[in-house]
Amino acid sequence: MRRHLLSVEDLSREDIERILARAESFAEVSGRPIKKVPTLRGRTVINLFYESSTRTSSSFELAAKRLSADVVNVKSAGSSVDKGESLKDTVQTLSAYDPTAIVIRSPHVGAAQLVARWSSASVINAGDGKHEHPTQALLDVYTLRRRLGNLEGLRIWIVGDVLHSRVARSNVLAFTRMGCEVTVCGPPTLIPRDVEALGCEVAYTLDGIERADVVYALRMQHERMDDAYVPSLREYAARYQIDARRLGAGQLLMHPGPVNRGVELSAEVIDSPQALIVQQVESGVVVRMAVLYELLAGGGDGAVAAAGEPSAVPQSLVHPGSVA
Amino acid sequence: MSGIALDRAPGRAASLLVRGARLVDPRTGLDGVADLLVRDGEIAAIGEVADAPDGCEVVNAEGLAVFPAFVDPHVHLRTPGREDEEDIESGTRAAAAGGFCAILAMPNTDPVVDCAPVLRSLRERAREQARVPVGFLAAITVGQRGERLTEMAELAEAGAPGFTDDGLPVASAGVLRLALQYQRLCGGVLALHEEDPALSAGGVMHEGRVSARLGMKGIPSISESTMIARDAAIAGYEGGCIHIQHLSARESVEAVERAKAAGVQITAEVSPHHLCLTDEEVGRTLDTRFKMNPPLRAEEDRRALIEALRSGVIDCVATDHAPHSREEKEEPFETAPMGTTGLETAFAAIHTELVVPGVLPLELVVERMTAGGEPFGIPAPRLEVGAPANLCLVDLEATWQVGEGGYESRSDNCAFDGRRLTGRVRMTVAAGAVAYRERSFAIQGVAS
Repeated sequence: MRRHLLSVEDLSREDIERILARAESFAEVSGRPIKKVPTLRGRTVINLFYESSTRTSSSFELAAKRLSADVVNVKSAGSSVDKGESLKDTVQTLSAYDPTAIVIRSPHVGAAQLVARWSSASVINAGDGKHEHPTQALLDVYTLRRRLGNLEGLRIWIVGDVLHSRVARSNVLAFTRMGCEVTVCGPPTLIPRDVEALGCEVAYTLDGIERADVVYALRMQHERMDDAYVPSLREYAARYQIDARRLGAGQLLMHPGPVNRGVELSAEVIDSPQALIVQQVESGVVVRMAVLYELLAGGGDGAVAAAGEPSAVPQSLVHPGSVA
Repeated sequence: MSGIALDRAPGRAASLLVRGARLVDPRTGLDGVADLLVRDGEIAAIGEVADAPDGCEVVNAEGLAVFPAFVDPHVHLRTPGREDEEDIESGTRAAAAGGFCAILAMPNTDPVVDCAPVLRSLRERAREQARVPVGFLAAITVGQRGERLTEMAELAEAGAPGFTDDGLPVASAGVLRLALQYQRLCGGVLALHEEDPALSAGGVMHEGRVSARLGMKGIPSISESTMIARDAAIAGYEGGCIHIQHLSARESVEAVERAKAAGVQITAEVSPHHLCLTDEEVGRTLDTRFKMNPPLRAEEDRRALIEALRSGVIDCVATDHAPHSREEKEEPFETAPMGTTGLETAFAAIHTELVVPGVLPLELVVERMTAGGEPFGIPAPRLEVGAPANLCLVDLEATWQVGEGGYESRSDNCAFDGRRLTGRVRMTVAAGAVAYRERSFAIQGVAS
């Protein structure tokens, strides 16, 4: 695997498999009373967040702390970023602390690539504009794998505001890498032109969603909408909301959060046993631990490998699908 | 109205004997190895010249090509206002280094060139600093706000070779119609940046497969082509004369072709970057050097532009040389400003990407690169006896890496930066004076 995690495009199926297996082993650690392993002791991880985020930033922070790293959180509000410092200057300043990794979220496409160019740290893309959110895709694949075991041939419908969704882009790439057939579905105004180039099918109505094994609903991104892409949320919900009527008995439901209750999902499906939404959040920490581990401690660093707990995990627990 | 006014700093009238070069001028049908004699800034002889006259510099140009020098109708000199990015001296030096003998500067400066005093002061400065003759287009609307016409008649008298709100479209059809009506009084072609802001707003790159993958807001091709169709219809109705700037899309080519077939007085230009590059470069690198307006489009657009340049639907090449400071371009792609420099690489890029692989013939490229002044009434330079010396010496075999050893321009935001190109300008003579000579290409002898 490479030094950075910038885009799912850079990951092979083998890379993804390795991260998933590593996450499985960390899941065992998370079940212990003391959840820390010493892998990154003495190393520094900087979380640089230019956009508000609750679950991604807290789960990256927890992941780094459980690997015993020193963690510095930099948020745009109240920092030098607020005072007009350029991304380059901020990155160069933070790089002076010699971080092992920089986790960056930015409203701009390609921000993580720029950080990688300007810093010697490993860079993890925690969301760049409407482009990608690779760790979300990895934790979604991980969550599904734990539930279903094999993903080959699985039919997944991603429903909603695809245009403004970095989750949609990363997940189409990750799911297709794992052998799934992906359909993106939403109002034509919220489906990017030529999105088929990502390797998915396109649907403008929910007709046919009954054939899906997994329904992945996207958040309506009010905060990213500068135009009236849909006439009203009422009309949107009438046509695209996943509710008890539309979610078939055997189908699983996913959502990256935070949910707009009553818009893309109805209350009863959110709380149904078919929903994996809580499991997705739980997976966030172990998958991000696995990503940090693979980038920072993988690649045959003997001392680190010896200190790392994961090798001590019984094989029975590492087997995919063994933990429901 | 006064004649076409181009200005430059005083230069010594050149006396040169260029020996043994391949002379190529599609307009005079010239293509062969011969000597070319320049005396006191004028072409004095073409053929075999036995002896160099006294005081005449002799240039041994065997293996080199001589073309009429190029004319660029679309350059941003960033003066007044952003002299840190480019000024008249550096911009015209970059032009000379690219083989250009005349350029037209855009008025989207700070302040905008929208009144005669600003235009006069620029012309005065050009007479002190410009290495090659430069003309200054004036704005169509005051402040380029798209609302009220500038004093176009006074600006024309003060020497504006034409009018443009380049960088911005004339969004209102009504305002454009008024300008075309007023053109009957003041003359001067209207050069139009075609973009419907209702379709392009917020866009940062071509709308298509790559923008879908990157999640960046696209600028659809129709934002350009629909405006061309609209403006051509208005120009046809008013009997006006328009020049379409920087064509980028296949649909735009079709719109210009239809307008020409309908008899509209319309000309069009295309940039070297739109002829040579596509939005795949953005997808590959996210490098802000590939961010410009109009954006690099898809391969089928690029092919349509090449065919249109060949067929004459597109009349000329224009660089849209747009310098930007490094700190502005070192931003994420979406927030960086639009524009690439292009004067120093224009010929070499087209030669490398289109002539060497056999896509376009050399003569056609020379014709289109020298035709940029014609829409504005500036005749194309010619290699013929009695004509003022406007010519460039080019080594068609030389390969070089763009950006190695820096740029003549004050800015380095060149879309071709780092590429190896074939074809290097060694010397440029503009309006009878030597405007550029490559450092290693020194005087080889002076006859006495």
